[in-house]
Amino acid sequence: MALRSVRHYPGFFSIAMLCLIILYAPLIVVMVYSFNDSPSITNWGGLSLRWYFDVFTGPEAPRFRAAAWNSLTIAVLAATIATAIATAAALAMLRAGKFKGRSLTFALINLPLMVPEIVIAVATLIFFTMIGFTTGYLTILIAHITFCIPFAYLPIAARLQGIDGSYEAAARDLYATRAQSFFLVLLPLMAPGVISGYLLAFIISLDDFIITNFVKGAGMETLPTAIFGSVKQGIKPNIMAISTLMLGVSILFVTLSYLINRKGRQSP
Amino acid sequence: MAAPTPTTAPDSGASSDATYRSARVPLLLPTWLVIGFFLILPVALMAVYSFLTKEMRGGVIWEFSLAAYDQFFINRGLFGDEPASLEWTYISVFGRSIAQAATATTLCLLIGFPTAWFIATRAPATRGVWLFLITVPYWVNLLIRTVSLRFLIRENGPLNDALLGSGLIAEPLALINTNFAVQLGLFYSYLPFMVLPIYAAVERYNFTLSEAAADLYASRWVTLRDIVLPIVKPGIIAGCLLVFIPSLGAFLAPNLLGGAKNFMIGSLIEEQFKRSLGNWPFGAAVSMILMSLVLVLLLLYARSMARAEAR
Repeated sequence: MALRSVRHYPGFFSIAMLCLIILYAPLIVVMVYSFNDSPSITNWGGLSLRWYFDVFTGPEAPRFRAAAWNSLTIAVLAATIATAIATAAALAMLRAGKFKGRSLTFALINLPLMVPEIVIAVATLIFFTMIGFTTGYLTILIAHITFCIPFAYLPIAARLQGIDGSYEAAARDLYATRAQSFFLVLLPLMAPGVISGYLLAFIISLDDFIITNFVKGAGMETLPTAIFGSVKQGIKPNIMAISTLMLGVSILFVTLSYLINRKGRQSP
Repeated sequence: MAAPTPTTAPDSGASSDATYRSARVPLLLPTWLVIGFFLILPVALMAVYSFLTKEMRGGVIWEFSLAAYDQFFINRGLFGDEPASLEWTYISVFGRSIAQAATATTLCLLIGFPTAWFIATRAPATRGVWLFLITVPYWVNLLIRTVSLRFLIRENGPLNDALLGSGLIAEPLALINTNFAVQLGLFYSYLPFMVLPIYAAVERYNFTLSEAAADLYASRWVTLRDIVLPIVKPGIIAGCLLVFIPSLGAFLAPNLLGGAKNFMIGSLIEEQFKRSLGNWPFGAAVSMILMSLVLVLLLLYARSMARAEAR
């Protein structure tokens, strides 16, 4: 009883519930209104999927489809490349002994998290303009790879840190080459961290608005910049349908990452 | 986490710790190149840019000039012929941004600390569910979250409908396009950043200290103030920084929720690059000032952490 009472503070439960309500209320409201069968966003006209059909076949559909394609391919490429870079870096940081410049490299990996997003956006735009690189798909991709690296690195390094060195030592004792012991022993053990890092990098890339908005150049859109452009003229019901779809994708990915990590924690 | 097996000798890890010693440089090279070339070099070029002369069509002339910083700090009148005095326009944009970010941080702390405490005192299985529920919104697209909030709190939006319907208010609340809407937006955007580090600190807190305090007749709230808060302070400071820093340079919340009156640093910078009347060196200078502010905060934090560890 004494143990319970020092942990219990009156009102804290209500505040925690309030916290959840604040975090979820706007999302739930938009989700509900995306099924509204009414061209007005204020009045409720019954349940319908018409705005979902509108997203795929309506007047704005080609624009959104192109933007979604760009967003998706950039996210896949950026997450893949960033995960490969981050996996290599994690091996060097955690399995290559102590070396000079290790803490500097660690700071370097985390730098994209420390510089304000808008500053990265400005610096990247100035850089590409200065070297005469035309802004577009490739500049967005390069910027996304750069800021995805720390997001991929953190779960991978956390996972690698928890893997005992004896597994690899056993493989080497049994005459596995370093490449064999990496691909057959270490990588499968690291997989939950690598997948988690990949998924987080993917979502972070899909999510980005500010940096993309600066380096995209004229005519190129990703989903967030296309949505921002539409919202500037007012929130329309089709925007709520797109938002709900993207919401579903994000929640699916985070849930996957969570489940993979939890499963990874149960096995060695 | 893999628990080390009891048969593992403490030094058996040491040899495999260095398996990739010979491959260190090729393994790190991609990271060094990408971050060096696409982040550090651009920031350095931005610093150079802030000391160049602006060109009328949005570009620059390669001539050294302090004009950008001069424009930020010094007022010389409309035609540049009056005695120099301190220019308040841009300093007040920074002041307003700092005030907005500070209010949002305070709100986050007031809601985030009790939430983190509540989660950390649950049974382990329940904790996992709560943490998951707190983290999910962070991974949802920030633009979509901000648009959703705008939809919810707008003049004839669902929030006002509900409040009017329940008879709590007689007139719809004018929330949108106010300072408060921006603070609410920042609070809503970064709340998970406050909860998670405080949770991590409270989880490590030794509750027998609270029991000892209770045995010595300290009330709950005295215990919280004098025992708990000093111990979990590092988590609180980390949470405050994680909310304050992105709030300071935020673009979406002020832009979508605040309207023209509630201009913050992010919009000031964006205007210099995205509008036809843009001034790139000035935008670069404002970005430099913002980045310096953030780096000073992070250095102070690192120093206070190092001092706390030394103690």
